[in-house]
Amino acid sequence: MKTNKILLDHGSGGKISHSLITDIMLPIFDNPILSQLNDGAIFDVEGKRLAFSTDTYVVDPIFFPGGNIGDLAINGTVNDIAMCGATPLYLSVGLVIEEGFSLDDLEEILKSMSIAAEKACVKVVTGDTKVVPTGVADKIFINTSGIGLIPESVDIASHKARPGDKIILSGSIGDHGITVLTQREGMTFDSSVISDSAPLNHMVNGMLCVCNEIHVLRDPTRGGVGTALNEIANKSNAGIRIYEEKIPVKDEVAGICELLGFDPLYIANEGKLLAFVDPDRAGDVLAAVKDDEFGKDACIIGEVISEHPRKVFMQTRIGGTRIVDMLTGEQLPRIC
Amino acid sequence: MTIKHIEEYRDPDTSRKIIDRIQNISKSKIRIMEVCGTHTMSIFRSGIRALLPNTISLLSGPGCPVCVTAQNEIDAFIELSRVDDVIIATFGDILRVPGTQSTLQKEKGYGGDIRVVYSTFDALDIARRNPGKRIVFLGVGFETTAPTIAASIISANEMGLDNFFVFSAHKLVPPALEALLETDNVRIDGFILPGHVSVIIGTKAYTPLFEKYKIPGAVAGFEPIDILQAVSLLIEQIESGHPRLENAYIRAVTFDGNKKAQKIMHDVFETVDINWRGMGTIPKSGLKIRKGYAAFDAQREFDILVPYSKDPKGCACGEILTGMKIPPECILYKKICTPMDPVGPCMVSSEGTCAAYYRYHS
Repeated sequence: MKTNKILLDHGSGGKISHSLITDIMLPIFDNPILSQLNDGAIFDVEGKRLAFSTDTYVVDPIFFPGGNIGDLAINGTVNDIAMCGATPLYLSVGLVIEEGFSLDDLEEILKSMSIAAEKACVKVVTGDTKVVPTGVADKIFINTSGIGLIPESVDIASHKARPGDKIILSGSIGDHGITVLTQREGMTFDSSVISDSAPLNHMVNGMLCVCNEIHVLRDPTRGGVGTALNEIANKSNAGIRIYEEKIPVKDEVAGICELLGFDPLYIANEGKLLAFVDPDRAGDVLAAVKDDEFGKDACIIGEVISEHPRKVFMQTRIGGTRIVDMLTGEQLPRIC
Repeated sequence: MTIKHIEEYRDPDTSRKIIDRIQNISKSKIRIMEVCGTHTMSIFRSGIRALLPNTISLLSGPGCPVCVTAQNEIDAFIELSRVDDVIIATFGDILRVPGTQSTLQKEKGYGGDIRVVYSTFDALDIARRNPGKRIVFLGVGFETTAPTIAASIISANEMGLDNFFVFSAHKLVPPALEALLETDNVRIDGFILPGHVSVIIGTKAYTPLFEKYKIPGAVAGFEPIDILQAVSLLIEQIESGHPRLENAYIRAVTFDGNKKAQKIMHDVFETVDINWRGMGTIPKSGLKIRKGYAAFDAQREFDILVPYSKDPKGCACGEILTGMKIPPECILYKKICTPMDPVGPCMVSSEGTCAAYYRYHS
């Protein structure tokens, strides 16, 4: 049953989002830089390699434990640029504000954007503000775009995973998605889990200092670790095996997922990265990740295999094996 | 909120021991049905199938509430969402189930006011805040969800709300098991009985059935070790020729169940014959709102007709829900019917057998 309307699933980051991008958007804007479909575009300008990325933030609620829409918008674009192996430098900020929005809230959001930018060592250098009538937007939407410089020896892209590569995950999964979910209207969880929203560019810098042969970097945001691994397996034409017992999930996140029938592998993260690294260098890179304030719980969760190209497998705790598929649309809470 | 106790039911050493035991005692080829969709998902997610000897086949049963909701009920939900002053409140996974012409998700895209709630009491709040609208809660589910929905009707009555309605499509598990055992061509050697449902109804609810049919049964929780333990108990029963009803989920399920929940359910609902997808009408297997609460009955408030309703052509959901087929035996599976573009509900629900096969089966 096809549809001729945009549904929420088209924005879920799963298979339905992918088909929107590959079937409709790519053919219209077709060019070799876009078609790489990395977290950011990578291209040369007068001998320098640049990474350029954009993202729009519509999170509801706009304030949540661990952050707000403002610092999320800064960290998100900083991370997209960092995942290209680039040092993020300059950002733009576009605001779409609903008529009647509180000036105090706006100021709080802008201040936290400023603090986040300072922490990530990036500068907001241009911006735009639009106000729309009540009901046309939901409180505030933020777009950020950013540009960064890629060091000469770095060559990171999602198609570069190789059999044997170890997969490093920088910490526990699902914290951001579950935090936002529990703050939504209608959710009455008394939860102390907080969003992991954080800039990862300093962590990436530390990793590249010990090893410039990182093959793939990815921040598993919307769609979670499960979707990110599937994208990498597809683009690299390789198989991936991960181990359930190695993947850190906070007790609270696991508990809420159990109740709602969600799989934490598909829950959004905003301050975590996945790195695919040559097995001989994985120990050094892991140590560098752990040295960063946002990577204390990092661990190796699996490896790239030559069998079963384009599939992601998980060895379960009890020794079974299952496929980790890409999510189709948004996860919906189950009935029983 | 911390749920630490889960870990011990996922322990690799304990599961290895149970699997070894199963390997040792399993002799004859047997077919075990896990009735509940949450069990199906857990079995796939933990990779249990690959760890069992090939003497054991696990079949999925009719315990996925979205999957057994009849097509005419889905079509009625969709029609209701098109009524001008109606807000539909529903649990999430029914949104994508295809009706004959549309889905609730598409109706939402076309402007229907359809809201996903996490509790029926959220639906009451919506009713209170929208006095000019009529709020219809889609009552889909088994004995697990029925008591909270009954409680919301009692609350609506106490609050004097006149704009809150429930479309009761609730179904009951024990009558469906009996219908399965009475169906020709269905061969089941033992049941893994649903944990959540049994918390409410207690093991006593199954006693008449198991005394009549003398079939092995074990109530199970949802962690891998819970399920392995139940499988082990069932094999012992089958191999020893001593079928009985066992409770392998004693940390949650009692003989009597939750009497308070049972009373609320009984106060608000009465049993009625109801149509199950793929299984036809099963006597006294549904719940209808009693006369005393008829003011909250959406089927009484709205005159919804769906004469066009028909089951999707070629879809084997019915046979899959009764263990007669497995998803790869359906001609639509993976070819026409995918989670992206599902034909039948078993491909939609997070508890659905086809969705589980599609996502986890290599």
